[in-house]
Amino acid sequence: MTVLVVADHDNSALVPIVLNTVAAAAALGGDVHVLVAGENAGAAAEAASKIAGVAKVLHAESPAYAHQLAETIAPLVVGLAGGYSHILFPSNTTGKNIAPRVAALLDVAQISDIVEVVSEDTFVRPIYAGNAMATVQSSDGTKVITVRGTAFAAAEAEGGSAAVDSIGAADDPGISSFVGQELTKSERPELTAARVIISGGRGMQSGENFEIIEKVADKLGAAVGASRAAVDAGYKPNDYQVGQTGKVVAPELYIAVGISGAIQHLAGMKDSKVIVAINKDEEAPIFSVADYGIVGDLFKLVPELDEELEKQGVKPR
Amino acid sequence: MKLLVAVKRVIDYNVKVRVKADETGVETANVKMSMNPFDEIAVEEAVRLLEAGTASEVIAVSMGVQQCQETIRTALAMGADRGIHVKTDEELQPLAVAKLLAKIVEKESPDAVILGKQAIDDDSNQTGQMLAGLLGWSQGTFASKIEIADGKTAVTREIDGGLETVSLALPAVITTDLRLNEPRYASLPNIMKAKKKPIDEMTPDDLGVDVAPRLKTLKVTEPAKREGGVKVETVAELVDKLKNEAGVI
Repeated sequence: MTVLVVADHDNSALVPIVLNTVAAAAALGGDVHVLVAGENAGAAAEAASKIAGVAKVLHAESPAYAHQLAETIAPLVVGLAGGYSHILFPSNTTGKNIAPRVAALLDVAQISDIVEVVSEDTFVRPIYAGNAMATVQSSDGTKVITVRGTAFAAAEAEGGSAAVDSIGAADDPGISSFVGQELTKSERPELTAARVIISGGRGMQSGENFEIIEKVADKLGAAVGASRAAVDAGYKPNDYQVGQTGKVVAPELYIAVGISGAIQHLAGMKDSKVIVAINKDEEAPIFSVADYGIVGDLFKLVPELDEELEKQGVKPR
Repeated sequence: MKLLVAVKRVIDYNVKVRVKADETGVETANVKMSMNPFDEIAVEEAVRLLEAGTASEVIAVSMGVQQCQETIRTALAMGADRGIHVKTDEELQPLAVAKLLAKIVEKESPDAVILGKQAIDDDSNQTGQMLAGLLGWSQGTFASKIEIADGKTAVTREIDGGLETVSLALPAVITTDLRLNEPRYASLPNIMKAKKKPIDEMTPDDLGVDVAPRLKTLKVTEPAKREGGVKVETVAELVDKLKNEAGVI
């Protein structure tokens, strides 16, 4: 049994979630190979060869692979599939874009967002935004899987010394091309990658009032989110939304400010390691999931929190 | 140009989902069902393209039990022209849905298929990409902006670190993300008008697709319960606990 991990990278470095994906591959047992397809991606391939537990790296070079387009990467993976029992992708926007295309071309089901390997054909995955866990069994010859990074402890980035084999590129179907990208320049991390998140709800009363949250966010190196109620009220744009219809997050620390804790919000954040709730209504459902709750007026408490962090010299990690 | 939108009937996003005691699935009896929110965004985008004169026809497709016709009616009330219902009581997994959609695409020859990036029930995030693969079409997933001109579409995609724009040859499959638009509520006159719009009915057999599930669900269980913690009195106490007890700051 040999498992292929399709790496996400920017040609010079691997995206960190690749390490978690390799860990999931190792949990299956058998040899782990990593595919690095890119343009001038020698550095990324070398990084893959150093991951502990990787037996071989396949390195494919082509201008068509520079931006990880599904239309060009999928045929390459399909061409390699015969040698593998499982093909794993990180469950990030790159993996989620490519994996189902590969599965369809192989005429197999894809298993999305696994959080546990039960056996080589059985996996646990969240459904209904994590409100239920499904244990599913695949009968397909090749298992195409995306891996939820937060569910598997990262493999060691150093310590391995896998051989790097150059492999040929697949034909470019020529139906899509990369135009450009605009990476968020915010000082704050992106919601789904943040270690700490502080979110505001309808209790914030206006978009301007989010300023007090943003000050705390800067002290903690946190991302700023919002509940659907706050988005619906126009306080923040939709991409701030944490919840079943927004982003599903699992940071180490989640601070919910003026958020009552509607089901649809809880679905998006309840896997956070530590949850703090600040709300004036002591009956608010958010307190039933919060590790630390504080009842009171957020317009008094949040500035106090800001001052206290300052006083105790708390800095972003 | 002709647009196909796919709409799924799911448990309403505001419903608290309950796992059945026998662990075979979640409770769906007497539960409010609605159109998958990401599919609403797909319908809205297609209707806007229709209103702008870019598109000439919008067809809404849904698959599953008889009641899926209500979901199609919702799309028709939002402004789609006609509906197609692939009727079956069998469980449909994403690969089967993609194959059925591919057959409908063969019959209808749309210039683009727009669908939600994922359904909020099984959270698979697969159908659009699978359809594009089966058809050999380009794919613009997680779209936050769509521009169509000269036989091509520029799709701005929500990626992990920001936004990415790709240029796709038409025909293409596009899946919608949250920021693409805010779906309208259907007006009463439009809801009345939608009742008269045609819905074609067919079965997976009519389309010659084997929809047998490839994944077997062995069990569905409750996630690990989260216990409520403690209430603290002061902000100083909170910061102290976060620092020294939880060790997260």
